[in-house]
Amino acid sequence: MSEATAVSIQNLSKSFDEIEVLRDVDLMVNKGEVVTILGSSGSGKSTLLRCINWLEQPDRGIIKIAGQRIGVTDGGKPMSMRELAKVRARTGMVFQSFNLWPHLNVLHNVTEAPIHVLGKSRSEAEAYAHELLDKVGMSHKAKAYPNTLSGGQKQRVAIARALAMRPEVMLFDEPTSALDPELVGEVLAVIKALSAEGYTMVIVTHEMTFARAVSDQVVFLEKGRIIERADPETFFTRPDTERVRKFLERNEG
Amino acid sequence: MSNWEILWLERAQFIDGFISTLEIFGLSISVAFVIGCGMLYMLEGAKPRLEVPLRIFVDSMRMLPFLILVYLLYYGLPSFGIRLNAWWAGVGALAVYHGCYFAEIFRGVRQTFSPGQVEAARACGFNTGKMFLRLILPQIIMRARPLIGNQLIYALKDTAFLVIITVRELTAAANSLSGTYFIPTEAFVVVIGCYWLVSMSMELIIKQCGRFSAKRGFDNV
Repeated sequence: MSEATAVSIQNLSKSFDEIEVLRDVDLMVNKGEVVTILGSSGSGKSTLLRCINWLEQPDRGIIKIAGQRIGVTDGGKPMSMRELAKVRARTGMVFQSFNLWPHLNVLHNVTEAPIHVLGKSRSEAEAYAHELLDKVGMSHKAKAYPNTLSGGQKQRVAIARALAMRPEVMLFDEPTSALDPELVGEVLAVIKALSAEGYTMVIVTHEMTFARAVSDQVVFLEKGRIIERADPETFFTRPDTERVRKFLERNEG
Repeated sequence: MSNWEILWLERAQFIDGFISTLEIFGLSISVAFVIGCGMLYMLEGAKPRLEVPLRIFVDSMRMLPFLILVYLLYYGLPSFGIRLNAWWAGVGALAVYHGCYFAEIFRGVRQTFSPGQVEAARACGFNTGKMFLRLILPQIIMRARPLIGNQLIYALKDTAFLVIITVRELTAAANSLSGTYFIPTEAFVVVIGCYWLVSMSMELIIKQCGRFSAKRGFDNV
């Protein structure tokens, strides 16, 4: 594996009870690359994303974040909570339902983990938080509490919160699925801007136009397997499989 | 001399009793609060092996009349070679008993949390201890505010039971004065006034704290 690999996934398999949701998934994400994961609901795409930072424990397979294995120590034992937390801190995750901490204001949502996980000083964390809030267009709401924000605003704060960890990779789990249609644009615009800045991102989404515009690599999951992977141009104009052709037809417009 | 005048002359007894009640209440409820938080942390999955014994302990405490716990600590423990004086037996009983109630209140509030917040904390690299202290506990306390206020009043009233094991507190003072001068009504009216005063002050403070949770959208009324 080269220096330039941000995330490597090998032979990943995962079952819930008897149902196999991921089967021998391999995926490489290079530094600075944007990979979108497409597929219909139940295809395992969210599970795949959640395995990357071990929110779901895979049954088999190896996942590395910037060369470091997550979930399992070098000795082959399951990681302790503490060890796991260290590797997780190198990833940033944005959830479908935002999951901001409601008792903290916007600024403190962003500084909480840098101060209490990474051990940054308050002044350093706040300076960077202001910079990030500026980037996502939320600096005017730094003192507001999450309950006063719109969904799109909450999600932009959640993106700043994840960025504040200076992660090796940003994971987006359907970041616009819980939003009113008219708020989707502002969130997608922020993600697009991040891709232009060279952030490494893995994005699960249903927004086809967005995926096409933002991705370097598109993978398509079907019943827990990657059945197609290509650059966006090829994927959206000349897909290999009948299944993807059907999927794209249905999601047109 | 009227009955009220007698009580006024003996006011020192009431004041001593009142202060003693406040001391017992303040100490025991603070310890109870910490016990409740500690138990919640262990029930949070921090100590999986302790979970079942802890549940059994909390439930058996909740189902035990408070007076019987006081009797056990004061009259029962000496047979195991542990002799507590009345004051410490009383404080211990209050702390453990209400600690279990606090644990139960906190657990109930904890169950209303969406799992997403905890996932977000995990994704940011929080370990269980820091996540609990920084993200879960503050919210639980804000959300449980009215229930905490209720429990404080319960605990305050339970201090009156300690008169039975000879703790010299407010009710004991009234008891002794009513016995000496045979003026039970007036003596207990004074005591009721004192309990109400403390309860209402606490309610007021707890209510004021509501501003913190209202600003964050935890209170919907």
